[in-house]
Amino acid sequence: MSNSAQKTDHEHSAHGYHGFSWKALFWPSTNHFIIGLQYLFTGIFMACVGVFMAYVFRMQLAWPGTEVPLFGFVGPGDYNTMVTIHGTIMIFWVAMPVLIAALGNFLIPLMIGADDMVFPRLNCLSYWVFLLSAIILVISLFVPGGGFGGGWTAYPPLSADASYSLTKWGQTLWVLAVALEFVAFLMGGINFVTTTMNARTKGMKMYDIPILVWFIVIASILFMISVGPLIAGAVMLLLDQLAGTAFYNVAQGGDPLLWQHLFWFFGHPEVYVVLLPALGVCAEIIPVFARKKLFAYKIILYTAFATGILSFVVWAHHQFIAGIDPRMANIFTVTTLLISIPITEMMFVYIATLYGGAIDFKTPMLWALAFIAEFLLGGCTGIYLGCTGVDIFFHDTYFVVAHFHFVFVPIAVLAVYAAFTYWFPKASGKMLCERLGKIHFWGTIIPFTVIFLLLFMLGMAGQHRRIADFTQFPELVSYQSVRQIVTCCLLVMIAFQTVFIWNVIKSLLWGKKADKNPWRANTLEWVVPNVPPHGNFVDGYPEVYRGPYEYSVKGREKDYWPQNEPE
Amino acid sequence: MPTGRLGMWWVVASEVVIFGGLIMCYLIHRLGNPAWGDEAAFTIVGAGALNTFVLLTSSYWIVRAHKHVNNGELEKAVRDMYLTIACAGIFLIVKSYEYSTEITELLHHHPHPETGHVIGTFPVFWAFYFAATGLHALHVIGGAAAIYIVLRGVKKGENLQRVEYAGIYWHFVDVVWIFLFPLFYIAK
Repeated sequence: MSNSAQKTDHEHSAHGYHGFSWKALFWPSTNHFIIGLQYLFTGIFMACVGVFMAYVFRMQLAWPGTEVPLFGFVGPGDYNTMVTIHGTIMIFWVAMPVLIAALGNFLIPLMIGADDMVFPRLNCLSYWVFLLSAIILVISLFVPGGGFGGGWTAYPPLSADASYSLTKWGQTLWVLAVALEFVAFLMGGINFVTTTMNARTKGMKMYDIPILVWFIVIASILFMISVGPLIAGAVMLLLDQLAGTAFYNVAQGGDPLLWQHLFWFFGHPEVYVVLLPALGVCAEIIPVFARKKLFAYKIILYTAFATGILSFVVWAHHQFIAGIDPRMANIFTVTTLLISIPITEMMFVYIATLYGGAIDFKTPMLWALAFIAEFLLGGCTGIYLGCTGVDIFFHDTYFVVAHFHFVFVPIAVLAVYAAFTYWFPKASGKMLCERLGKIHFWGTIIPFTVIFLLLFMLGMAGQHRRIADFTQFPELVSYQSVRQIVTCCLLVMIAFQTVFIWNVIKSLLWGKKADKNPWRANTLEWVVPNVPPHGNFVDGYPEVYRGPYEYSVKGREKDYWPQNEPE
Repeated sequence: MPTGRLGMWWVVASEVVIFGGLIMCYLIHRLGNPAWGDEAAFTIVGAGALNTFVLLTSSYWIVRAHKHVNNGELEKAVRDMYLTIACAGIFLIVKSYEYSTEITELLHHHPHPETGHVIGTFPVFWAFYFAATGLHALHVIGGAAAIYIVLRGVKKGENLQRVEYAGIYWHFVDVVWIFLFPLFYIAK
């Protein structure tokens, strides 16, 4: 694609500075910054719903059959709905919109020196389709029969036949909401890729693009390729539910395993779709706070491509006990272990970046480092689960749940907090309070680690997922106190989030005014005024002279060297 | 590459994987069930062949429209785009004739005149048939609507580059049919 910048005359840059207005968030907007914020706030709202569900089902597990404050009694059907919708929301309506859509919309035009996305109206449409999907999902909780409760993976026949799931309306709305959400992100992906290819500012070559932008582009491509078959699968599932077809019905010649293949052919690349932007956030933050050049830019990039390609050939490790051919399972064990190599490489590259750096433990840096430490725990346990022999024992236990959360919580929570605290000065013009930030950090990290380490233990003890009341199982009764500790840790973790909310409110109202470039970083988003105005680069487009990670270059007075600064 | 063309290729790529997934699912089932050939014998090969011809012709017209736009002959381009839309209309009329015939046969458990095989013995074949061709027909409708919107712009002399993008999409719709026709009609 073209390396040179292609700039069209933009009518909005002639308008000059536009003040930011909260009201703009409630109306369709074509401004990438507003759309990014819309995604962010919708994601945060959905995260609150998801956390509330986690609270309800953890309370039920710790003290089964008692009334949960703010909710009431949790019946087995309610419990199934809660765990299903919790998983669905956290992946599709929190991790995806915040990590890809919010970060991508906010940062891609700023980091590559563009005034907006190349298809602003499509971008706007993508958000409103996404919002519609979120509304449909929330509505599905209140229809007759309640929300869908067949697990976030929606395996048929439970998801295809209302006489099994007992949620005739809930299951259909669930499929519809998920399918619309996919459509929204396909539209967003068009923008991320074409903008990065065609709208870069003068002088920005392929290897001058910040890693985060690269990773969002790669993630968009992965998403596009992997989601297609599942969209076809979702259409088949809808037809099975509504039109009486039998794609997944064995009795009439269909095959329920087909859904599992389609779901995981999407579901596994999806892990990397959200992981890559999270790793990208760390790649931006770590060099800034270590004041050192990012180690091996190109290797990181090639590694990400390798991860992307490998991620398409590992999906059946989710189905080792689903009746697939054991010889096939062996192949997937090998590919699964292979994919740990590029990811490990990336972890080493980040650690190598830290080595010998002048590390400053500001809040964003703490989150980024915590991401790496906690993600390693999740990644290493993934190696056990990728091996058929171990997986047959651990399948569908809390070991899998803990593994999964040690991967996803760092992605969707730790990396998001890292990004939030790092770019907050740019988006709001105010500095966050460091002291409150650190209290919030430790108050989140410690309970999180305790919760899921204990869940590993419960999993090894044989505790099965998706059971509303373990006191019915004689061999699991003795672990009740562990379940209560886990729930208490969750309550502590939720309580510490109020520190974060207070920090944001306090900083917005009375916080210190932020400089244009408070972290002394190199990338182009720090060139634009805080609270980026419509059209972004009001003082003219920057010209890029070098890569984004030139820190502590020998012979220079300043320890950073912005991309747009001439020699 | 112009931004619009890049965007359109992205749309086509994401559609390719949607249809690709569906066709792969069908192929895997079909290879495991040779008996589905008896069901495929009920599809009307002549109508399918006619539709293949109609769609290929429509692609010819949209290419002509693109050529005329490049030469600045907008009136001829508009005419050729109307012809493309007309072909889409013929395709849908033939398709609805096929659907009504097949649905009638399915409702009456019609036996095949030569093999005596009763239609609908393997319902999943028909599920795939209606899902794949139905999804394709929706794309034909969508594509025709898109061409009409582009056509209205061409009449006013606006957004002429869109003729090419509509053409890329229309060729994709055409190519999907090239895959569906042998898989559902010819293979027995």
